[in-house]
Amino acid sequence: MTTYDLEPLFLTFKLSFITSVILIFLGLPMAYWLAFSKKKYKIAIEALVSMPIVLPPSVLGFYLLAAFSPAGAFGGFLDDVFNLKLVFTFEGLIVASVIYSFPFMVQPIQAGFQNLPISLREASFTLGKSAMTTLFKALVPNIKPSLLAGFILSFAHTIGEFGVVLMIGGSMKGETKVASIAIYEEVEALNYGAANFYSAILFFAAFVILILVYAANKKWVKPLN
Amino acid sequence: MIDINIRKTMHTADGEIDLKPELQVQENALLALFGKSGAGKTTILRILAGLETPEAGYIKINGQIWFDSEKKINLTPRFRKVGFVFQDFALFPNMTVRENIEYAAADKKTEAEYIDGMLDFMGLKKLADRRPHQLSGGQKQRTALARAVALKPKILLLDEPMSLLDDEIKESLQNEILEIHRKYNITTILVSHDVSEVFSMAETVCILEDGIIKRQGTPFEVFSGKEENINGKLKITGKLLNLNKKGNAYKAEILAGGQIFTKTISAKEAKEYRAKKNVVLLIDIKDINTIKQLS
Repeated sequence: MTTYDLEPLFLTFKLSFITSVILIFLGLPMAYWLAFSKKKYKIAIEALVSMPIVLPPSVLGFYLLAAFSPAGAFGGFLDDVFNLKLVFTFEGLIVASVIYSFPFMVQPIQAGFQNLPISLREASFTLGKSAMTTLFKALVPNIKPSLLAGFILSFAHTIGEFGVVLMIGGSMKGETKVASIAIYEEVEALNYGAANFYSAILFFAAFVILILVYAANKKWVKPLN
Repeated sequence: MIDINIRKTMHTADGEIDLKPELQVQENALLALFGKSGAGKTTILRILAGLETPEAGYIKINGQIWFDSEKKINLTPRFRKVGFVFQDFALFPNMTVRENIEYAAADKKTEAEYIDGMLDFMGLKKLADRRPHQLSGGQKQRTALARAVALKPKILLLDEPMSLLDDEIKESLQNEILEIHRKYNITTILVSHDVSEVFSMAETVCILEDGIIKRQGTPFEVFSGKEENINGKLKITGKLLNLNKKGNAYKAEILAGGQIFTKTISAKEAKEYRAKKNVVLLIDIKDINTIKQLS
């Protein structure tokens, strides 16, 4: 029996997990701000956050490549000061994935906040609580399904990344060669068996993940008030 | 003493209304804000709580400035210590009845006894571990009320607290609000569009119309002999204080909303009155002058 290299799959799941964990911490405050801020420029920020949904991944990848390149100002700065290289590295993939999957974390959480009765937040304020206490004690526990949806969607979306990874990660074995890239390369090399192996695993993983989301939502969503 | 003089433009379905109430409320009073829906009653409560900001004016509570547009002072809701009972109750779905009330307390450990007392007083002891979705409307309202009082607020604001409840629960809740008001000595402002509720509960009532306070006084002063465009029966709930025999009839003295009303009743009615904890006076609003007011 042919043995296949499991490293691309491992890299894919590692990248997705790290990206989703980072996104929870970044997405929650952004979603809260988008849900409740009355600032006029909010609409511009909202549009910017959602850009990765409509932009071709190659466009995003191109600009990230330009920004991260050690020859450029920002990339050079990161390299000189922090010795951090973001082009063709796993770290670079994480940063790119966080940007690329940002709206998939923010949007479900934002919708979760907006679906709560506005009076919950106001009641917490009148009861003498800070915005931070209100967020974590009175609001977040009531939008658990949205948090789960955000996490899973970001995870799944990162698994499906191709264009961005190709642009800034290339296909460095053990570093940036994730499953979606491996599939592409195996097909190019006419190794359909290997391509099928990676594809089938991603297919079933995606299926199981979505089953879990729907099951958890059914169990967790309880009537409010 | 609450001293309000504010201005705010409200955007309603019927166009813009200039809300500019001028209002003084004595300490420990129970005042009702009465008016049609859309008159700005709820907005006044929200402005008092700091949930909405007026365009101009001031709000002073016992000499402390909460809002002053000229001095650019605007205390956030957090620091106003206002017990606000929302129309939709606003109970936190993730917390039990007890946890909802504890959330309002400054320190749930040192105030455990106080919270226990509150649960007992509000008849919520057996429901303490239930979540809001397992409660009836009246139970939710009691929890919301207990939570607002657990804050030990300077003012208690009730936004149409009975509007979602049926008549029977309404009467017992009216009683509980009055008892809380007396027991904890909290200045209370109640928003209502129900004349019966106003008569049964309020010492003072302000009529809000087109954004301004048209009249202010006891419910009797405000509603009797005035063209208020209110029709139908008035149902005043109060406590029977005295029953004096006068020939074949009886003279009943009933305490409602801080005032004593007298009404001449038959012997049969007198018997019924004696048997009840709360007396319900049912009168036609047009005949309000047939009831004498003593205080």
